[in-house]
Amino acid sequence: MADLSTKVGALRLGNPAILASGISDVTAELMLAAIDGGAAAVVTKSIGLKPREGHKNPTVVELENGVLNAMGLPNPGISIYSKEISKVADAGGKVIASVFGKNATEFSFLAKKVQAAGACAVELNLSCPHAKGYGAELGSDPEIVREITSAVKRSVKIPVFPKLTPNVADIAGLAKAAERGGADAVVAINTVKAMKIDPWVAMPVLSNRIGGYSGPAIRPIGVRCVYEIAGAVKIPVIGAGGITNGSDALEYIMAGACAVQIGTAVGPAGTNVFGTVCAELEAFMDARGYRNIKAMVGKARCA
Amino acid sequence: MMPPARILKVVKESATAKSLYFIFPGEAKPGQFVMVWLPGVDEVPMSLSYLSPNVKGICVEKVGKATSALQKLKEGGELGVRGPYGHGYDCAGGKRMLVVSGGSGAASLAPAVECAIAKGYKATVVIGAKTASKLIFEERMRRSGAKVVVATDDGTRGTKGFATDVAAKLLGAHKFDFIITCGPEAMMAKVAKLANKHGLEVQASLERYMKCGVGLCGSCAFGRYRVCADGPVFSGKQLAAVKDFGASKLAPDGRRTRL
Repeated sequence: MADLSTKVGALRLGNPAILASGISDVTAELMLAAIDGGAAAVVTKSIGLKPREGHKNPTVVELENGVLNAMGLPNPGISIYSKEISKVADAGGKVIASVFGKNATEFSFLAKKVQAAGACAVELNLSCPHAKGYGAELGSDPEIVREITSAVKRSVKIPVFPKLTPNVADIAGLAKAAERGGADAVVAINTVKAMKIDPWVAMPVLSNRIGGYSGPAIRPIGVRCVYEIAGAVKIPVIGAGGITNGSDALEYIMAGACAVQIGTAVGPAGTNVFGTVCAELEAFMDARGYRNIKAMVGKARCA
Repeated sequence: MMPPARILKVVKESATAKSLYFIFPGEAKPGQFVMVWLPGVDEVPMSLSYLSPNVKGICVEKVGKATSALQKLKEGGELGVRGPYGHGYDCAGGKRMLVVSGGSGAASLAPAVECAIAKGYKATVVIGAKTASKLIFEERMRRSGAKVVVATDDGTRGTKGFATDVAAKLLGAHKFDFIITCGPEAMMAKVAKLANKHGLEVQASLERYMKCGVGLCGSCAFGRYRVCADGPVFSGKQLAAVKDFGASKLAPDGRRTRL
């Protein structure tokens, strides 16, 4: 029987499947449901200083091979979300808290709060493509990525994972900047900046007009990004983007990821998707004689 | 992308409610909902109140900006519709059904009653409303062959009092196999208690603020469930496991607020 456990730097996980940020994770009960479904850890919605409603509907468009969204970072704010994190941590669940801020000071403040609440790691949202003044607007500049990562690293003891945007010419350059800032790992990718126009009404469907594309359509982009990043940095990579089954997760792992995040697939499949992905991984590993995840990480890079 | 749904008919149902019938081919089950988009205004979840292979209907109660805009639409108008989504009512476990409706809850229950009667079920429907001018689908429920009892809070039509009081009496006097309910959540919580007391299965259709409608964002969190994807119709067993039932819901920013 293959061993599914994995390590992201110092963070040990029972398996490589993590619930991605922003997906059914706004309450402790939802996060615990994902863990019951087989997720080794959950990432919170991105948390800001204050409660925020996000964009008006429509915030989501279902497309042929994925989903376009512009939620606009809705969240109840750090003081309320901290309690939800604590509830999951107290129940024995691993929570990676995603935070967003305008600058290094806000990021550091939020990181300290989530550490105190019991988060096992902090993910830096440097990649949301649809919130003015936040996310990718900061995270497309390697120097800002380095500066924010470095400031957060100085503020907390828990591992720090910047999440990177694919909407740049050189994502490996962003990963290198994160590594210079002291990141413990990087997460790639966030959604791909995109738009849907409804010709019948001659306007973009999303109220924010522009959103982020996720789901199966972006998997080849994510796999390529992880492959490039893993060749450019020594820190671990967490892969994300369009994973719905074990085979998809294997692509990311063999490109160089030591864990993966699953988001859009939770919509139709529910939280059981984590258990399914793990069962498929295990069956593949047994069939191919891989004894653990580590034996497969970056395997496609050697060929 | 599908063309917008063309409105075939607009029917006034009460002082504050209108039904919109529109072309929307495809299968749908009673209790399912659609996301209705009015470009430039909003996109909101609406229970399907009418189901046929090519035409669907919604019943719009005027509660805010989006519903006011929907009520201004006329025959020949257009609206964006995606869905149907979620799980509907599941008529199982015996043939005698008690239906408890409150306010606009009748919108999702009317097709459930019609469908159940067509399959050979016997239905007793309690329709509750604040006042006579707010009652919807009374005639439609009668036409379906259901036994209908009306209750209004002020006694302007039918029994004076709550639908739950009428339901409690009916449960004491007659045999039923299961209950379905839709309406204000406090009412549904009482119905669930009644069902429990009488040892009956119950299904309730919940309403929450929704963004995606497809189980992704978690805006409609209800305990460990997502109302859009795991509901909107929940079983008594599921309801019993949710502390928020009848008590609290999430605001658009994710803060828990009292119902």
